[in-house]
Amino acid sequence: MTQWPKPPEGSWTEHYPALGTGTVCFDDSVSPEFYELEREAIFKRAWLNVGRVEDLPRIGSCFTKEITIANASVILVRGADDEVRAFHNICRHRGNRLVWSDDPHQETGGVYRQFTCKYHGWRYDLQGACTFVQQEDEFFDLDKSSCGLAPVHCDIWNGFIFVNLDARPRQGLREFLGPMITGLDGYPFEKMTEHYDFVAENNSNWKLFADAFQEYYHVPSLHPQQVPPAVRDPGAGFTCAHFQCDGPHRLVSTAGTRRWALPEECMYPIERVTRSGLVGPWETPDVGALPDGVNPGKVDPWGISNFQVFPNLEILVYAGWYILYRYWPTSPRSHRFEATLGFHPARTVRQRVEHEVASVVFKEFALQDAGMLGGTQAALETGVLHEFPLSDQEILVRHFHKVVADWVGAYRREGIGAVG
Amino acid sequence: MARFPKPPEGSWTEHYPALGTGPVSYEDSTSPEFYERERRAIFKRTWLNVGRVEELPRSGSYFTKEIAAANASVVVVRGKDGEVRAFHNICRHRGNKLVWNDYPLEETRGTCRQFQCKYHGWRYDLEGALNFVQQESEFFDLDKDAYGLLPVHCDVWAGFIFVNFAPEAEQPLTEFLGPMVTDLEGYPFDEMTARFGYRTNIAANWKLFMDAFQEFYHAPVLHAKQSPQKYSAMAQQAGFEAPHYRIEGPHRLVSTSGVRFWEMDSELVKPMEITTRSGLFGPWDEVDLGEMPKGVNPAHCDPWGLDSFQVFPNFVILLWSQGWYLTYHYWPTSHHTHVFEGNVYFLPATNARERIAQEMAAVTFKEFALQDANTLEATQMGIESGYVDRFLLNDQEVLCRHLHKEVADWIAAYESVPEVPRP
Amino acid sequence: MTRLLPAQFADLEPYAQTWCRRTEAERWAVRAASSMQELADFYDAAFPRLEAAIEYCDEHPLDALPDDVGRLVELVHSVVMVSMAVEIFGQPKTVDSADAVLHRVREPRP
Repeated sequence: MTQWPKPPEGSWTEHYPALGTGTVCFDDSVSPEFYELEREAIFKRAWLNVGRVEDLPRIGSCFTKEITIANASVILVRGADDEVRAFHNICRHRGNRLVWSDDPHQETGGVYRQFTCKYHGWRYDLQGACTFVQQEDEFFDLDKSSCGLAPVHCDIWNGFIFVNLDARPRQGLREFLGPMITGLDGYPFEKMTEHYDFVAENNSNWKLFADAFQEYYHVPSLHPQQVPPAVRDPGAGFTCAHFQCDGPHRLVSTAGTRRWALPEECMYPIERVTRSGLVGPWETPDVGALPDGVNPGKVDPWGISNFQVFPNLEILVYAGWYILYRYWPTSPRSHRFEATLGFHPARTVRQRVEHEVASVVFKEFALQDAGMLGGTQAALETGVLHEFPLSDQEILVRHFHKVVADWVGAYRREGIGAVG
Repeated sequence: MARFPKPPEGSWTEHYPALGTGPVSYEDSTSPEFYERERRAIFKRTWLNVGRVEELPRSGSYFTKEIAAANASVVVVRGKDGEVRAFHNICRHRGNKLVWNDYPLEETRGTCRQFQCKYHGWRYDLEGALNFVQQESEFFDLDKDAYGLLPVHCDVWAGFIFVNFAPEAEQPLTEFLGPMVTDLEGYPFDEMTARFGYRTNIAANWKLFMDAFQEFYHAPVLHAKQSPQKYSAMAQQAGFEAPHYRIEGPHRLVSTSGVRFWEMDSELVKPMEITTRSGLFGPWDEVDLGEMPKGVNPAHCDPWGLDSFQVFPNFVILLWSQGWYLTYHYWPTSHHTHVFEGNVYFLPATNARERIAQEMAAVTFKEFALQDANTLEATQMGIESGYVDRFLLNDQEVLCRHLHKEVADWIAAYESVPEVPRP
Repeated sequence: MTRLLPAQFADLEPYAQTWCRRTEAERWAVRAASSMQELADFYDAAFPRLEAAIEYCDEHPLDALPDDVGRLVELVHSVVMVSMAVEIFGQPKTVDSADAVLHRVREPRP
């Protein structure tokens, strides 16, 4: 493995002096009280990505999103004017959950002409306006125009639909994302519409799971099977080429290898035959020039850039395909994990098989992380240790927990003097 | 009319006046809040038996133990120096569970040369020292000596391995056990390596199951069907009396008199017992264990049946006159659930007949234990209803009275110390 | 018995009933319920035919695959699924995955 140059300060961590180099405490991942603070300080304040515009392909397309930690259920819908909007999923009449299928707790979706409440039949159009009240003349001074669905702030960046549950978001979406993330402007997500979606209910705190996807230090140990035994080096480490932090967001880039240029024993037979594997299809259709922001560290040869968008979105971009992860907290010790793999739509069976290989391999290794992290959660919950050393390769773990603490700290400070 | 003499006070219960003779409450077995207090005052504070040294036959032998009541997972390991040590089962790097096999929340055992964390490959030697950090130069001022596995107090008595989660153990192990228990030293536990282990989840408070095994008042009734009808009828008629009870510190003991099944009329014994020459009380044919230590059969019962030592809080050693022994462990997992472990130990069989007799005893033990377990879940439901909150205990149930009082006393003692920040 | 696969792949017909599965969830379930020997038998028979199968399928447009060719694609997907167990883990289940599950809830067809 090539040793990549470090910043002049001697390490990536010291390049961001506010991070410090001391030990880190993970009580933020076991404490019920801290979870309550995250609810208010982060999930009711930050912009949250709930999907992609491809999930709402036409007028009336709709899906609901359960955001447990924010006590919110949100309707995302493409209106008659082609705009994407978000609403609280609550009927204005008696507070019934408005859009649901078999189970009001489960997310749903489809194409709608309007929304009709199952309870008393009130109806709302795709723009949220209340259009029908059953026995309207039985009400007193009812002004339908003031009975539209309660809107949720919603904005789109590069096809990613974000909502913000704050009454008045402190920042606009683009400002919140900042220059490092918006450096992905122009990456052709919209061309990669062949999606493989995965969900899991994991028995670990959302941050512990995100941690496993923002450092590669664990890869040789937890995922030794990523390389065939013939070339497996038991002492192997992993050094990333570039780390970057920008506001609450983070990035890591790794170097790429041209798999097809490697000797046979460096890959599994299935990879050799299908010309695909852990890092995806060896060759992907030309999607045009990529924006510079994809590889801000100018890593050459470049492999992957892993953008951690605060608080709970990861965008992993390869040259010709991408992966999204979202971590939705459901309790201090559990979260719902969502993953999407996006490819340029296959035109041939061979391409389809390349995508299948990438998504099958992805699942194998994600399962190893999920299986182990239930143990991490349990071990941390014993509460016997509170100081953990982090290496320079784990700078993003350090940054993440610090940003979470900073947001919680800001919320707490604002609370001082406020009437509770 | 008592068949065995009682103490001069007139009863075993009154012999220990602190116990009183009034009705008792079992709120201590239904309250989630009380369970939390037990965890702090007892399970995080006292010596807990986690196994025997024979389970760690050589350097590198280890097992893990999940102790929910202490919110702990420990790894117990025999070091290169032959010493048995216990550590918190957690990697010092990112807090991952260190030792596990297929499922991180389940116990495991095995033999290894070192412990390697699955997450980032940090390695610890058998004495707990951190001896390998992957890409160590990527860390900042990392002093490996300061990042060994976190030790748990561990001590061994008569081959029984105990751990203690208190920051400082309040008493050394043998002082905690006291002479009534330590007088068992010399019993050949180490030779009785033919082991049959049982484990089950029980939907009842741990103390309720201990109660079932620390009085025999229930035996003629609950277990009537385990014996031929004629024997059961006689047993119910007679009721049950133990010749000897003893309480010392937090621990307690009951001895019973023996039954010589092999001298009985065949109508009183099950055919399978006659064929295998074995049954609930163990193999009929005597084994020579040598001279017994003074702690065994302390009241010199003749015929002697068994001694059941209830070691506080959740450990029982039950010695049978027929030359075998049992251990029970009750590991609370909530206010109304626990894991029960029962182990049956014999001298290794030297021929098939002995092995079959052991099998018969081990199988019979399971039948009885299952009956107790079923009854207990019904007991838990009954007392959880909360409509009745005062219950009578007779003199044959003196040890139940003592357990519940002892638990309350430990909590009171712990809570009487002014609150200081505790880890 | 009716043929499930194109005639050129009659040698894989014995595996078709088990391994022609439309969804990843089904293929995952069959893998998990199979012995290592069963997985190895299928892999040994089908892996050498993988390249030929893909070539054959691609004589048809992806959005207009005849039924038997569609089933051959499903069988190829199953070889991919089984190769994880045979080539990588040496056991049906992902090593160290403990009790974790990950559901694929959307995928392209075929």
